[in-house]
Amino acid sequence: MTGAPVVELVGVSKRFGGTAGAVDALSGIDLRIDRGDFVSLIGPSGCGKSTLLRIVGDLIAPTTGNVTVNGKPAARARLDRDYGMVFQVPVLFDWRTVQKNVELPLEIIGSPKSERAAKASAMLALVELSAFAGHRPWQLSGGMQQRVAIARALALDPAILLMDEPFGALDEMTRERMNIELLRIWQRTGTTVIFVTHSIPEAVFLSTRVAVMSARPGRITHLIDIDLPRERNVETRETERYFELVTEVREALRAGEAPVGDGGPASARVRAEGIAG
Amino acid sequence: MATAAASVAPPAVESGRRSTRRRLRPAFGFLVIVAILVVAWEAAKWLAGDPWRYDSFLGTGIAIDHRPPFRIAQFNDINLPHVWDIAAIFFTADARGQTLLQVLLGAGLFTLRNAALGFAIGAVVGLGLAIVIVHIRLVERAIVPLLVVSQTIPIIAIAPLIVIGLRADWLGVAVVTSYLTFFPVTIAAIRGMRSYDPRAYELMTSYAAGRRTILWKLRLPASTAYLFTAFKVGATGSIVGAIVGELPSGITQGLARQILTAMQYYTLAPGKLWAAVVVASVLGIGAFLLVVLVERRVLRGARPDETGADA
Repeated sequence: MTGAPVVELVGVSKRFGGTAGAVDALSGIDLRIDRGDFVSLIGPSGCGKSTLLRIVGDLIAPTTGNVTVNGKPAARARLDRDYGMVFQVPVLFDWRTVQKNVELPLEIIGSPKSERAAKASAMLALVELSAFAGHRPWQLSGGMQQRVAIARALALDPAILLMDEPFGALDEMTRERMNIELLRIWQRTGTTVIFVTHSIPEAVFLSTRVAVMSARPGRITHLIDIDLPRERNVETRETERYFELVTEVREALRAGEAPVGDGGPASARVRAEGIAG
Repeated sequence: MATAAASVAPPAVESGRRSTRRRLRPAFGFLVIVAILVVAWEAAKWLAGDPWRYDSFLGTGIAIDHRPPFRIAQFNDINLPHVWDIAAIFFTADARGQTLLQVLLGAGLFTLRNAALGFAIGAVVGLGLAIVIVHIRLVERAIVPLLVVSQTIPIIAIAPLIVIGLRADWLGVAVVTSYLTFFPVTIAAIRGMRSYDPRAYELMTSYAAGRRTILWKLRLPASTAYLFTAFKVGATGSIVGAIVGELPSGITQGLARQILTAMQYYTLAPGKLWAAVVVASVLGIGAFLLVVLVERRVLRGARPDETGADA
């Protein structure tokens, strides 16, 4: 936890569109993320949390401000393959087997065949899907597909894992199981995670810190330390401290301009989501 | 077909059994359709064609003397010869002792060779164009309208230009053929190479993958289903293209010459033209099925509902 932070955002803002009809998606974002941190970005739809994640990953350029990752500009970090990305949908390639999907990033960096196979097998073992290496993605359930996506994201041992509502499309039961699974993987790999979510319980359960955002323009209104023990399990969700923190996050969200889960009229919400997405 | 069953992973054994049945079903359906068409054809003649007069119908010894109750001029024996008369004409021998079937098959193979070459040229050029277009927006705006215009020119009008410009031989024919093939391939490939989830592109970008890597590992694999659809159109069209290409070139070995001759002698022996048409369409169907076969191999692991195998 000493030394330079893994991610440092200073004065980051993002404006979409031209001079006429421009939309401020993000404004005045400052954030420091230390090594091994698990930071959740939570906020109403259209608050720009996905945009912020993409700015960290150098998939979108910020309008103003600086993003430093591992002491380098974000663009450099991307070229150095410091990122692992997981999206809301698994984005697995149907024409590849599960094994070959996990090997994809290793192929891209040109690692030798035997090394690729070994690494991918290890990653599949980590997400407990070794038995499905030869399957096609569409033969797996949604939760299993998302675990393959996580295995793929970890294949290059990235310095940070960027996760954009990775469990948003899963049912509640699967989601809770995936949360525990993700914590186990995070503890095993020690990687830094930035995690976008809509779910307060999920954010509290997973994170070491929760960044609460407000909409239009998106900004971080609260930064809440989650002081639950690092070893978490099903019982953690039943502790008093957990409920206190959930309440704290909920109140922080309510303190923002837009109430949670209802970012105004549906049309405006959809429009803002389209911009942020 | 059986979408609900196909969406869950089928056990290997059952899928093997089902795939044989699935493979045979379209062939069976096709034969049924052909049979219906033949029956309809002859029924039309029975109702409104020329009188049927047979001392021994198809060698069965049954005498037929049937006067159709109605009269439609178009259903006469010149326009619509009896199916068995067309079938019989395949086995009539010419001056050199070759049956028409042998002659047409020889000509068909010759045409098929040129068609295959033209198809290959068209597929490669079409895909190449699409790759350039997908990467350079400016080229897309400049070239795509031009390609559309190119397809509005009747091929019969430009075939002489190409064939004579390139010497009247197999190369000219192949180029005319490719003119028919490349367009569907280009259009489908452009669409296919953009058919991926935008997040897949972000994924590749997050791995700092270059354009070439994205082309090989994302764009091309994502477009295979689209490409095969275009290949099916192109393969069928390539037979027509080769025949049209042969017409102005004076090539005598191909189907074009057979069709031309049959056209000139149509009133004397209408069955010959129909026989040539049958051979040409059998070639087209064969080319189509060949593409389907290759598609099945290439898309082996694809989702069952995306193989388009029954198309």
